[in-house]
Amino acid sequence: MDLLNPAFWLFVAAIAGIYAIMALGLYAQFSLAGLPNFGHVAFMAIAAYTMAILVVRLEVPLLVGVAGGVVAAVLLAFIVGIPSLRLRADYLAIATVAASEVVRYLAMNLPDLTGGPLGSIGMLGPGQVAMYNGEWLAFISRLTPAGSPRDGTVAALVWALALLFIAALGDLERSPWGRVLKAIREDEAAATAAGKNVFAFKMQALVLGAVLGGISGELLACQIGVFSPDDYQPTLTFYAYLILILGGSNRIWAIPVGAVLFSLLYSGTRFLNFFPLSLIDSGARAFLRLFLVGLLLVLFMAIRPQGILGNRRELLLEK
Amino acid sequence: MTQQFLQLLLNGLITGTVLALTGVGATLVFGIQRIANFAHGELLTFGAYVGLLLNVALGQNIVIAALAAMLATAMLALALHLAVLHPLRGRGLVATSLITVGLGLMLRDIIFLAAGSELHAYRLDQSVVYDLGLIRISPGQAIAVALAVVVTPALTLLLARTPLGKSMRATADNRDLAAIAGIDVDRIGRQVWMLAGALAGLGGVMTAVVQGVFDPNLGFQILFMIFTTVVLGGIGSAYGALAGGIALGLVMELSTWSGFAGGLDAKYKPVLAFLALITLLLWRPQGLFGRARVL
Repeated sequence: MDLLNPAFWLFVAAIAGIYAIMALGLYAQFSLAGLPNFGHVAFMAIAAYTMAILVVRLEVPLLVGVAGGVVAAVLLAFIVGIPSLRLRADYLAIATVAASEVVRYLAMNLPDLTGGPLGSIGMLGPGQVAMYNGEWLAFISRLTPAGSPRDGTVAALVWALALLFIAALGDLERSPWGRVLKAIREDEAAATAAGKNVFAFKMQALVLGAVLGGISGELLACQIGVFSPDDYQPTLTFYAYLILILGGSNRIWAIPVGAVLFSLLYSGTRFLNFFPLSLIDSGARAFLRLFLVGLLLVLFMAIRPQGILGNRRELLLEK
Repeated sequence: MTQQFLQLLLNGLITGTVLALTGVGATLVFGIQRIANFAHGELLTFGAYVGLLLNVALGQNIVIAALAAMLATAMLALALHLAVLHPLRGRGLVATSLITVGLGLMLRDIIFLAAGSELHAYRLDQSVVYDLGLIRISPGQAIAVALAVVVTPALTLLLARTPLGKSMRATADNRDLAAIAGIDVDRIGRQVWMLAGALAGLGGVMTAVVQGVFDPNLGFQILFMIFTTVVLGGIGSAYGALAGGIALGLVMELSTWSGFAGGLDAKYKPVLAFLALITLLLWRPQGLFGRARVL
């Protein structure tokens, strides 16, 4: 592949914007409220599947499907959050990991509903091609001036959405609501003593993150056109963590930086095909990439938990 | 129908033993180090591949493969503890969990790189089935049963009767009290990691022989069931995890029995484990046998 191919980089830019929204959802949960959600991908997958199923089977307009997907993500947040948010933080981590495995498992094993391992294209059974993003494609085509690449429009749209969400959440962070969340993150007992309903605030943060995660999952589904359970691997959750941590996990405006850095790193490794790296075949290089994701997570958490741009003094995740 | 019941009972006991053994390791680590170890699944995967190396590449029999897997995984767990998790202790629950997530990702992808993503199998004849009258048992299951019958009582004995086992349980129950009573909690910490590693290695080999074929996602796929076992037994309770693992294995397998309202479709088994986890967290977060205290 050509390193200077603009079409490729526009595609990367679009995905980076989607990742920024995904990481923003985790920001609301993890960075603001201190909730360790290790199954963020479950919210993305359940929203994408609900959207696709509604559009393909019930033939509702895409926007209704999108809303339905977000509702499904919120319901999942309640299922996971209500039992675990009253307990210590690691119970939420366990519940979210379990939820992400179960959502993926069901997507794999209910082929009549989800298309199974074949993916969304097989939702209507063999011999029929199920498409859910016709309206999205038409919408993008309408916005795209003749002769320019479609992915450019998608990238601009997605980034506009991401920046809008970031600005909105940034406002929320500085509001009394955001300050209560930070107080809960730092000292739950103190927040309780100040008369705050800790459980309700945590639940709100979890739901907000689920909504953003769901939207990013739906955007991803629309952009890639056909998706299967493999597009919603648990590793997506850890990309989101890495984006947060690369940028600085308590700085909301570091998220776009993190998303761009991550996407450059991630898609950049595609071009590391010169000797001696060319000895590793491209399939194995995917695992090498994931290994690096893990290594960076460990290194950043160990050496610079505040990230590249972060402020160490505010990041007191230790309890 | 009786035959099916007995067959499922056997399957349930095998699944349950794997969950019980790995759950004991996870719950002790949880109790002693206050770490939810999200790399625990990868310890199983590592054990399964060490066993594979011995069994297939070096032509050893399955018992030697299992022992080597236990030893190697114990060393790996100790190395993780000494090199990463012990120096980084005190970072807080959330940060430490994230570190274990990263470690798990690294381990899994090293195994992917070294062993490839294709399915592997142990050197066992998968086509043979021993007919024992009422039940039929595959060689893989027979090996799993044999390993379970030896290791489970040994582990119970270790925990119940030896000073080491008692110290481990005491430290998992209350670290400060144990330290005051003269237990070297740092040493116990290292030994718990080795025990957890050895049991995870064995669990990995057992999962591999029972499943027949496996890939490097083996451990991650059952991680949440191990955690469910830990919660079921009450975090830090070794006996709880033993009983909880067996109970979870039996419930998952027996739910498909046709005598039980026609039986649940087998593909809903993991969903059942998830529901069990959610229900437990709602009503008995201290576990079936745990005491209610601050969670």
